[in-house]
Amino acid sequence: MKERVVITGMGLVCPLGNDVASTWEGLMTGRNGMNYTTLFDASTYPTTFDAEVKNFDLSKVLKTPERHRHCNRGSLFALGAAKEACRQAGIDTETDTPVDGVDRRRMGIYLGAGEGAMDSDAFFTAIVKAWNSQTQQMDWSVWTDTTFAMMSAEHELEQETNMPAAHLAVLTGARGIIRSCLTACAASTQAVGEAAMLIRQGKADVMIAGGAHSMIHPLGVMGFNRLTALSTRNDSPGTASRPFTASRDGFVLGEGGAIVILESLSSAQKRGAKILAEIIGFGSSSDAFRVTDMHEEARGAVQAMRAALQDAGVGIEDIDYISTHGTSTAENDFIETLAIKKVFGPRAYQIPCSSPKSQFGHLIGATGCAELITCVMAIQTQTLPPTMNLHDPDPALDLDYVPNQPRKAKVETVLKESFGFGGQNNVLVIRRFRP
Amino acid sequence: MAGRRVVITAVGTVSPLGLTSRQMWEGLLQGRCGIGRIRAFDPVKMPCQIAGEVPEYNIRDYVPKSYRKAAKLMCRDIELSVIAADEAVRSAGLVTKTINPEHPTLPSERTGIDFASGIISCELPEIAPSVAVSAENGRFDMKKWGREGIPTVTPLWLLKYLPNMLACHIGIIHDIQGPSNTITCGEVSSHIAVSEGAEMIQRGDADIVLAGGGEAKVNPLLMVRQCLLKRSTFSGNHNPAAACRPFDAKADGSVFGEGAGVLILEDLHWARQRGASILAEYAGGASSAAAITDDYIHLQDGEGLEIAICQALEEAKVRPEELDLIIPTGTAIPSDDRIEAAVLEKILGSAVSRVPVWPLKGQLSHTGSASGALDIAAAVLAIQNQTIGAAFNLETPVDGCRLLFPQKPATRSVRTVLCCGYSFGGQTAAVVLKRYEEPK
Repeated sequence: MKERVVITGMGLVCPLGNDVASTWEGLMTGRNGMNYTTLFDASTYPTTFDAEVKNFDLSKVLKTPERHRHCNRGSLFALGAAKEACRQAGIDTETDTPVDGVDRRRMGIYLGAGEGAMDSDAFFTAIVKAWNSQTQQMDWSVWTDTTFAMMSAEHELEQETNMPAAHLAVLTGARGIIRSCLTACAASTQAVGEAAMLIRQGKADVMIAGGAHSMIHPLGVMGFNRLTALSTRNDSPGTASRPFTASRDGFVLGEGGAIVILESLSSAQKRGAKILAEIIGFGSSSDAFRVTDMHEEARGAVQAMRAALQDAGVGIEDIDYISTHGTSTAENDFIETLAIKKVFGPRAYQIPCSSPKSQFGHLIGATGCAELITCVMAIQTQTLPPTMNLHDPDPALDLDYVPNQPRKAKVETVLKESFGFGGQNNVLVIRRFRP
Repeated sequence: MAGRRVVITAVGTVSPLGLTSRQMWEGLLQGRCGIGRIRAFDPVKMPCQIAGEVPEYNIRDYVPKSYRKAAKLMCRDIELSVIAADEAVRSAGLVTKTINPEHPTLPSERTGIDFASGIISCELPEIAPSVAVSAENGRFDMKKWGREGIPTVTPLWLLKYLPNMLACHIGIIHDIQGPSNTITCGEVSSHIAVSEGAEMIQRGDADIVLAGGGEAKVNPLLMVRQCLLKRSTFSGNHNPAAACRPFDAKADGSVFGEGAGVLILEDLHWARQRGASILAEYAGGASSAAAITDDYIHLQDGEGLEIAICQALEEAKVRPEELDLIIPTGTAIPSDDRIEAAVLEKILGSAVSRVPVWPLKGQLSHTGSASGALDIAAAVLAIQNQTIGAAFNLETPVDGCRLLFPQKPATRSVRTVLCCGYSFGGQTAAVVLKRYEEPK
């Protein structure tokens, strides 16, 4: 028989707060995490602001922070979020011989984790020294000498995309299935979905799943700026992320770590863990259209949503809330609205759907799981997080986006959707736990 | 859907031994070596000046006319992967949109892709002019970069280097609309991608999955990284063919390279129905982690590898002594090889003298996220040809190692093969393949 998959712990480090409670409080009180960039001098960039994690100090969270002292920001956030999630789930990360009833060989990790920031000082300096603008060629001798003098082995290693998962293995002692994926902005939704499938198939009892990412570095912001994906509302960072409005002009780049503890129902019951919600459906698809654009008819998004609903065994009438990808870009919000209408038909207008990115920004690889956590909180508190800054609705976008105010509502079953650059789409369906 | 069997109906590889799997296979058996002095850039000041680079190609030969413009958005990792996918799809006889634009028969929504990717470093000469104009008195100036450098960078720059673009381009070219994932788990990425691709079929979410991985590590930034981490050999520059020596007493580091490998995985019933020729069966896979750390480096402790191999064998219902071939990681980094050898000896027990262990990196180099896909493709070809090759550059096994390293290629019965791997960072993985047997 297939195992049911439940959530028994959650942890979050994001621009609105360094744990779930303060982030949720921020979402409920209209706070936002945006401000001018402090991680590097972005004062002459097309976009001069972002949504940064603030005052996060790993040594206040972990007993053994020295093991992780070279971590990139993504790994730091993953560790902070995992620590919080494990504590809630009753998984011991403090002792070498844990007595929490979880077999480490049956506990795995699945992260949608991003690469670490490159050593931009060495990167830029070496190119400046080595580039010959007359010949338009690199002097590789100069370049090699400069990089060897400036780069450190530790920093280089920590850029690798598998390092966040490696650090979590050290923290938790997990020896089960360890995987890491990076499907752009859909990565952590995918990680949670694939991890749930592993539990359902009986390949693990517990999966530490989620994502971690920071692209707030000189090349990351440059890349998104050149794609014109970022808002350039430099005079008003706090209102720049405005999904579904007529004046939306791009997303606000954030960063963070988000972790959920997934567990087979039998394991959770055996341990007496508190069950926060159940994951009942997962759908994944590809647009197979263009790397630069979403499919015009939302083909891939629709397919992933339908696959998730079918997998969950629920109908469109069962969904009480949709947690959107809602990036605040012209294209996403339009195509996503179209996709919801295609899947839900006339009922689309009756389902509230909102975007927490309006408050904590776009956490890229970490964003899907961060938003999933807000879905669990919505079920627990019977309250929907709003879409903030929605004062000038786009006339073409006419769904109920829960504008500007959290809302009390009956929330049993929730659909969470994430769409990655390049057309990788992932959708989860979660439900209030019913024994 | 439980019990759906997953078979492999084709492979495609791009490797330092050639642009096709046939060239790779022949090169492996003939004892050719794909490692040479770096051509991608002038490595004169690098401590390690050698790499495994693939032969020259023209990407336009592998991209349909309608998609040629998008080829400009492909970094080398993507190009290699697109070429390997082209071979795999054609060889499987799948009629995709690219093979026959008028009458494709591929069930697009039931076809998935699970692809491994490394961290992709940008091409330095491409961005260098924009960086160079940002210098003030010979020093890089962030403010000037913002004002004058950034506007000159090609607008779609970022899309060229996102790890998920390998899967996306292949998906667009062949119209793959089903489940899709990009595994970024270092050097075990493609072992994991193949396992997860098989799981997509087992759980009923797809009937066909393109699984594998690609990485082009011969980028100056990546080569510097391997040197800084002291994983590259510094002593092989004058004799590249003898430089990478997995499990050999004289080994002192790996040689990095580039490649891509794609397997066509199919649900058995689907494959039989369409009359596909079946090369091998996917029998099991698992992964784990080495969860110990010495200062900041995550060391292989052996246990993570042992767990992955034992669980994969258990899933495949294969006892260690039933294995006919092991394709190990064998990086030629002495500390890693020693631990891997100890784990394999322990698992094999008394069968250690009978089960051949065939490391490939001496000939193929270490292609990072692609390496598992090349290994698994070689395992499929070993089953198909009932042949295994010789361990390359293996003269005296590392201290007391009792593993059986084949000294020359031989035709023999190959029914079950284990491919195993570990990443620098601690993840481990194993995949077990079987020769396909008709259901009774």
